[in-house]
Amino acid sequence: MQIAELSVLLVWGAATALTIALVAFAIDLGRRTEARAEAHAEARTPVAVGAASRPTLAPASTVPGARDGASAPARRRAAGIAMSTTWLGTALLLAAIVLRGLAAGRTPWANMYEFTLVGSFMALAVFLGMNVRKDFKFLGAFVTGLSVLFLVLGLNVFYVAATGVQPALQNYWLVIHVGVAISATGIFTVAFVASVLQLVRDSRDSGSPYLQRPGFRWLDRVPTPTSLEALSFRLNAVGFVLWTFTIIGGAIWAEHAWGRYWGWDPKEVWSFVIWVVYAAYLHARTTRGWDGRRAAWFVIVGYLCVLFNFTGVNLIFNGKHSYSGLNTDTTGGA
Amino acid sequence: MSEKATYRPEGINDAFVEGRADAGPSSPAEGPARPAGPSLPTLGWRGMLRWTWRQLTSMRVALMLLMLLAVAAVPGSVLPQRGQDAAAVLEYLGDHPTLGEWLDRFGFFEVYSSVWFSAIYILLFVSLVGCIVPRTLAHARNLRNRPPRTPVRFGRFPATAETSTTASPDEVVEAVAGHLRGPLRRLPTFRVDVGSEEPRLGRPATRTVAAERGYLRETGNLVFHLALLGLLVSVALGQLMHYRGQAIVTEGRGFANAVVDYDTFDKGAWFRPASLSPFSMTLDSFDSEFASDTVAFAQARDFTAHVTVTEPDGGQHSDQIKVNSPLTVDGAKIYLQGNGFAPEITVKDGAGEMAFSGRVPFLPEDTMYTSRGVVKVPDVSEGQEQIGLVGYFLPTAVVDQDGSARSVFPQPQNPLMVLEVYRGDLGLDDGVPQNVYRLDTASLTPSVDEDGETIKLLVKPGETVELPDGLGTVTLGQDVPRYVALDLRYDPSLAWVLTFSLLALAGLAVSLFTPRRRVWVRSWETTDDDGRAVTHVELAGLARGDDAGLQREVDKALAAVPGHADDPDDHQRTATED
Repeated sequence: MQIAELSVLLVWGAATALTIALVAFAIDLGRRTEARAEAHAEARTPVAVGAASRPTLAPASTVPGARDGASAPARRRAAGIAMSTTWLGTALLLAAIVLRGLAAGRTPWANMYEFTLVGSFMALAVFLGMNVRKDFKFLGAFVTGLSVLFLVLGLNVFYVAATGVQPALQNYWLVIHVGVAISATGIFTVAFVASVLQLVRDSRDSGSPYLQRPGFRWLDRVPTPTSLEALSFRLNAVGFVLWTFTIIGGAIWAEHAWGRYWGWDPKEVWSFVIWVVYAAYLHARTTRGWDGRRAAWFVIVGYLCVLFNFTGVNLIFNGKHSYSGLNTDTTGGA
Repeated sequence: MSEKATYRPEGINDAFVEGRADAGPSSPAEGPARPAGPSLPTLGWRGMLRWTWRQLTSMRVALMLLMLLAVAAVPGSVLPQRGQDAAAVLEYLGDHPTLGEWLDRFGFFEVYSSVWFSAIYILLFVSLVGCIVPRTLAHARNLRNRPPRTPVRFGRFPATAETSTTASPDEVVEAVAGHLRGPLRRLPTFRVDVGSEEPRLGRPATRTVAAERGYLRETGNLVFHLALLGLLVSVALGQLMHYRGQAIVTEGRGFANAVVDYDTFDKGAWFRPASLSPFSMTLDSFDSEFASDTVAFAQARDFTAHVTVTEPDGGQHSDQIKVNSPLTVDGAKIYLQGNGFAPEITVKDGAGEMAFSGRVPFLPEDTMYTSRGVVKVPDVSEGQEQIGLVGYFLPTAVVDQDGSARSVFPQPQNPLMVLEVYRGDLGLDDGVPQNVYRLDTASLTPSVDEDGETIKLLVKPGETVELPDGLGTVTLGQDVPRYVALDLRYDPSLAWVLTFSLLALAGLAVSLFTPRRRVWVRSWETTDDDGRAVTHVELAGLARGDDAGLQREVDKALAAVPGHADDPDDHQRTATED
């Protein structure tokens, strides 16, 4: 049991590191906003061109604020702290997940608490991976914020002691099916952040009076709605393929374990709904009059479905996928 | 750059994007969907049909149908469904008589076979066919298309590069064309045309390269959609040809693969009894393991049914069935779906005659295998009443101070049976089929003690206990056999369902991750600022949709220019300023 306790401590440690990262990311976003406001006053047009002429996402290098060398390093100190604490938090979380697996003697993603850990880890890993080659730090505050929220929720609401699993879960498909599902969720999380920013930034750009307040000046520091849309699409495309695989893998496993590949179990229904919503999103992007803002709303709805599939379906409905570990299964799984 | 000869569904917007990418998809100025199609009165009925078909196969309608499908699927997760849990539906109807009746009328308890749900997905697939088939034909015609000719000016393209080199224009186009084709001759990365141009626009005669990649993107897209169609057909055929039977088998007993040997049997419309392979199976023993540590006390850890299969040709072999590994016999799969105890119960009536003897499966109701069962005893001797025994089997029983008993572990460490006794007309002679696991006690007389409390008989294995009211005796066998609930399923479509699913996945990945790009190169001889003869090279790139890797693609083509004088980094991102 000592390993399990150490794992919990590490999760708290990760949540703490990520909270520091969240604050540092927010400071960085705010500071860069001030810097940009100055630059903005100097030369309005170059900013617009600079930010708009690149289809790729690299706000730090395209915006004049980053080019006027002298003061730039000082301003990005917060960003440096944010990135290192995010790496630290993610590493601690990874250690916590590994220890949890050792304590339970199995793959550490078989109940809601463990889903929360691994899902947050995947979102952070995707975010860090994106930042290796380019600068996506504007997403940091939101990704770390969501991760902290999920981790604290997991520790306080979903926590169950580390132990083995019932016979229906003892299969290599647990590693594949659930692992891929969690990866997809992590990617959808980052894409969701990008789409929300896209919508908010777009509203500010088109003159929403509420979003003109000084408190929303940081929005000028995030990429253009078009760039955010492209980012969200690239992530969602990967997420959608992984989700498709999740469903196919789940069907193969269901065929092995339950004797049918598809049975409209609540979890299957919601996985199907999610799949259809993201499929609709991909269609909307290429439909005249439905791209841009409208398509972004599909991402929001899709992600809400993902969250509901994870929480609501596990806790409210009584289906074959009730593996939260929070309620006792009546038949012992066989 | 217009896509000649391609079929394009109404309302699609996925063309190659010229100019800056920002002018593309999500400019906020874009208005809502315009009402499509010409005005109605001038159409006539044929025009009307064509208009309807065009609408149905349009992107917008496909999108609407997808949204409808998502919404329509939700009630099936909220309301109980007959296919999954018929008992829950009955309970719901009992609790909500009015609402339930209306919901039932509109098929809300069988959402996935309801008219409206079927209508949505059938329309969706019709729309899909109407869109994909012409697109497939057009794509087949276009497969041999050459890349579009090199445009006159490169300035307006989203990705450009230029350099100068000492190599000749011929060498430049050969090298770049070779780079774009890639190392595989049979499967070139880019489809490449090398050409020449007459002098124009102040340029001397030039050599050009026109290249295009990503034909597989549309192929993947079409494979994905056609595979979905194949999947639907496979699932439907499976529904028509499948059968599944459920049987409860106790240790030492067996069953034959015949319709009569199953407790329940479902079959598709095209099922023929001849497709039941004539094998039989015996359950030799059943093992179960439960956790005994405090954290996960009594959680199931392993179930194994050891069986002997007798093949149709008479050959026998031993095998085992576990929860995640069904047994395959002649294309049919046998699943272990449940287990429990089937105590051997013997009842002798008041006259001392054997009235009932047999194994009675008790259905587990909780993790401790507190199992409920019913024994219906017929009247064999003259003047005797029918007897109904209802009660629980407790594998590891603990009897509390107040006399109530409960089970504290799922293994049979201290088995005990607790029975209530009823007498009267059980309806065994009416010939009406009954649920063997339920006893309707409403019309029966319970046996009570002096205080009017229902008597609870406690019976241990090997014991014989007197029934109250002189009804006879009940005996519990010394050994308590286990039973397994087996589910046999035969579905010849499985391989096809899997094949089409994987095809869909592959097509989807190809269509989403294959970049669709065009690259052009123009090269001509000129003189540099110092008057030396050099070769000038210009490159331009264009992508379908937003493509973050386009500039890199152009830069890589630039790097393939032989002997270019300068560091390519100076030139990489020059011409995009406008």
